[in-house]
Amino acid sequence: MIAQNHSYWRVWASVYKKDVRLAFRQRSDIINPLLFFLIVITLFPLGIGPEPNLLARMAPGIIWVAALLATMLGLDKLFRDDYLDGTLEQLMLSPFPLSLSVSAKVAAHWTVTGLPMVILAPLFALLMNLQSQALSAMMLTLLIGTPLLSLIGAIGAGLTVGLQKGGVLLSLLVLPLYIPVLIFATSAIDTASMSLAYGGQLAILGAFLAVAIVLAPIAVSSALKVSIN
Amino acid sequence: MWKWLHPYAKAERAYQLCNTLLPYFAVVAVLGILVGWVWGLAFAPADYQQKDSYRIIFIHVPSAIWSMGAYSSMAIAALVALVWQIRNAQLAVIAIAPVGAAMTVIALLTGAAWGKPMWGAWWVWDARLTSELILLFLYLGVMSLYHAFEDKRAGGKAASILALVGVVNLPIIHFSVEWWNTLHQGATITKFDTSAIDPSMFWPLMINILGFAGFLGAVTLIRLKTEILKSEQHRPWVKALAGGK
Amino acid sequence: MQFDSLSEFFAMGGYAFYVWLSFGSCALILIALVVSSVQEKRKLLQQVSAQTAREQRIEKAKQAKQQESQS
Repeated sequence: MIAQNHSYWRVWASVYKKDVRLAFRQRSDIINPLLFFLIVITLFPLGIGPEPNLLARMAPGIIWVAALLATMLGLDKLFRDDYLDGTLEQLMLSPFPLSLSVSAKVAAHWTVTGLPMVILAPLFALLMNLQSQALSAMMLTLLIGTPLLSLIGAIGAGLTVGLQKGGVLLSLLVLPLYIPVLIFATSAIDTASMSLAYGGQLAILGAFLAVAIVLAPIAVSSALKVSIN
Repeated sequence: MWKWLHPYAKAERAYQLCNTLLPYFAVVAVLGILVGWVWGLAFAPADYQQKDSYRIIFIHVPSAIWSMGAYSSMAIAALVALVWQIRNAQLAVIAIAPVGAAMTVIALLTGAAWGKPMWGAWWVWDARLTSELILLFLYLGVMSLYHAFEDKRAGGKAASILALVGVVNLPIIHFSVEWWNTLHQGATITKFDTSAIDPSMFWPLMINILGFAGFLGAVTLIRLKTEILKSEQHRPWVKALAGGK
Repeated sequence: MQFDSLSEFFAMGGYAFYVWLSFGSCALILIALVVSSVQEKRKLLQQVSAQTAREQRIEKAKQAKQQESQS
């Protein structure tokens, strides 16, 4: 009966809306990763010196590493609250596939952590003295890359949701899997700052994203099933 | 067709199978490594370019090969464990991981010790060394995820899922690292040319590879036996085995 | 034999440190892995036999108590 009233799309949208709304009620969840991102980027010039050329040379790597770490911050909480209050079990018992609601939750996670990073990226690029021709490349790689980070990270979050001290373990599991994203994203920005075409790297990132959108929710839902039983 | 396999899903039968297989692997391991090392260290001719430092190849290459071989067999065991819900396959995942991690550590250490005289630095961000390092992280992830679980059954399943996710990612990581490497340093010294290897060096290398395979199999079997016993420790047959000692 | 004397063999054409470092650490890791794996199994079996012995003792004590209360 429920199945008649609710299409897949509406279930997806309701889970997504719920998660986004929850995040907006607890604003610190959105603001803290961004502040963390900003602080990490501030630390680098203090550590390696304020020389503009050096900073511009290192900017893609620093911004992307900071983005990886900032994404990790919110991951721990991705399924934790729903796991603790039983929502996750309800989603699992619903007649809809768990991977559907998982993909909605991941999309919500990206909306509250990844998207603000993409929007604020020009500011960080300014701080790091990134060349103007590389700016659009950085926005584009962040736009394609941060959903990938959320999707891959969700697998780790699903595996560690039932554990007391999942936080540190989560970064050990997930960060090695982020390496290809880091490599191609930074190389796209590097190429763009040399005023060369960077479509190839973007295409590869897009291919990763397409594969991850299909496969990651399946992996996450099987991981969640292990954690709950 | 696969019916003959089914009894081995039972722990006791699997344990007996481990017992029958273990001596063969142990003999291959001991003989292969002994002969391979003596041959490689004392009898194989020195390389005309790298002189005697090239002898590290006789442990570096086998451990690098089997660090990847162990990961792929771990992933196969993980697939079997998840698809057919076979508990023994889960235990195999847990049994292989530390052995594979040890192989990876050996490959890294010997790679560093070889790199110092050849490249002048202990660590070079060479594509193969870098992906070996990432492989070590993946092994450590599987192991620590398993040990973080109180419920070992759930831990085994979680570790299996992670092993599968890792094996999907591993080729991507490998090729992206290789591509990154060619981008950032034009010409690295290739360690050795597979096509040009002389038979006098090829055979000891092959024997070492075989010996390391035997070692991997033998230690995995010992660890698998322990894991089977651990998961079945309240069953009468384990008690009889422990009492009869 | 590729080397003329034993000392030449140990010198490894000047690369002694690197060659013996890698072979030594490799041997150490392999041996450590075997020893720890075997020991783990032995410990487990000892634990199981201690457990069964304890259960048997408890069973015996229970029976003795029962007989005492009956007589």
